[in-house]
Amino acid sequence: MLESIPLEYYLGLSAIIFAIGAVGVMTRKNAIIIFMSIELMLNAVNLTFISISSFFGNTGGPIFVLFVMAVAAAEAAVGLAIVLALFRLKKTVYVDEVNTLKW
Amino acid sequence: MALYDVIFYLFATIVLVSAGGVVFSRKMMYSAFSLLFTFFGVSGLYVLLSADFIAVTQIMVYVGGILVLIIFGVMLTTKITGVDIKSGTLGAFQMGIAGLASLAIAVFMIIMSMNTQWMQKDPLAETSTTVEAIGGLLFTEYLLAFGVAAILLLVAFIGAALIARRK
Repeated sequence: MLESIPLEYYLGLSAIIFAIGAVGVMTRKNAIIIFMSIELMLNAVNLTFISISSFFGNTGGPIFVLFVMAVAAAEAAVGLAIVLALFRLKKTVYVDEVNTLKW
Repeated sequence: MALYDVIFYLFATIVLVSAGGVVFSRKMMYSAFSLLFTFFGVSGLYVLLSADFIAVTQIMVYVGGILVLIIFGVMLTTKITGVDIKSGTLGAFQMGIAGLASLAIAVFMIIMSMNTQWMQKDPLAETSTTVEAIGGLLFTEYLLAFGVAAILLLVAFIGAALIARRK
């Protein structure tokens, strides 16, 4: 059933998603949109894990994806809490306007 | 063209278009809803790859948890006007550098995956579900990592509540 689409198509698709997320991280200034782009990049990596493990009949991939999801959930919770605290303190979420730690 | 191919290209198109929408849309709310479609499209690709458990987990964790958090973040931090006027207006030079770097990443990875001699697929016995195998591995071989992940989540949520709390 899997033969009709080769593995390279899945890998290329996730490479393109990863690149789109990288563009978002590098060009956007809104901290929340940077978060969304990071989630996109994590999804691309998860897609790579699942496609390779599914094509090779290996169960290690889904396990690793589970842990990636757990870390992504923790990261989203803590990161959005930091963004909210930042907004309360500075009234902005643009990363170029927050330069308190810049020397 | 087989039905499998049609479904793959459909989901791939949904994922690519909505991923572009996340990054390039002017309004933050549109980005958040594009992210919803991206998560659903990736979940459909997981189903195509016969990873049923991960597909359902993707919807539950990403759509049900992370996306709701992100939408709350958008709503709590957007100014009253709601329009994100100045987001993403970098100079043309920086935009060009970032686009070139990302294009280089994508092209490099695609060329690498095309040129790699992947090992032959194992003709594994067709199983009806992957949940049993995942659960078995998670509670035998990966038990320590499972516990560490649980503690990480607990610590992260306590920390998030502590940081976001009103003084």
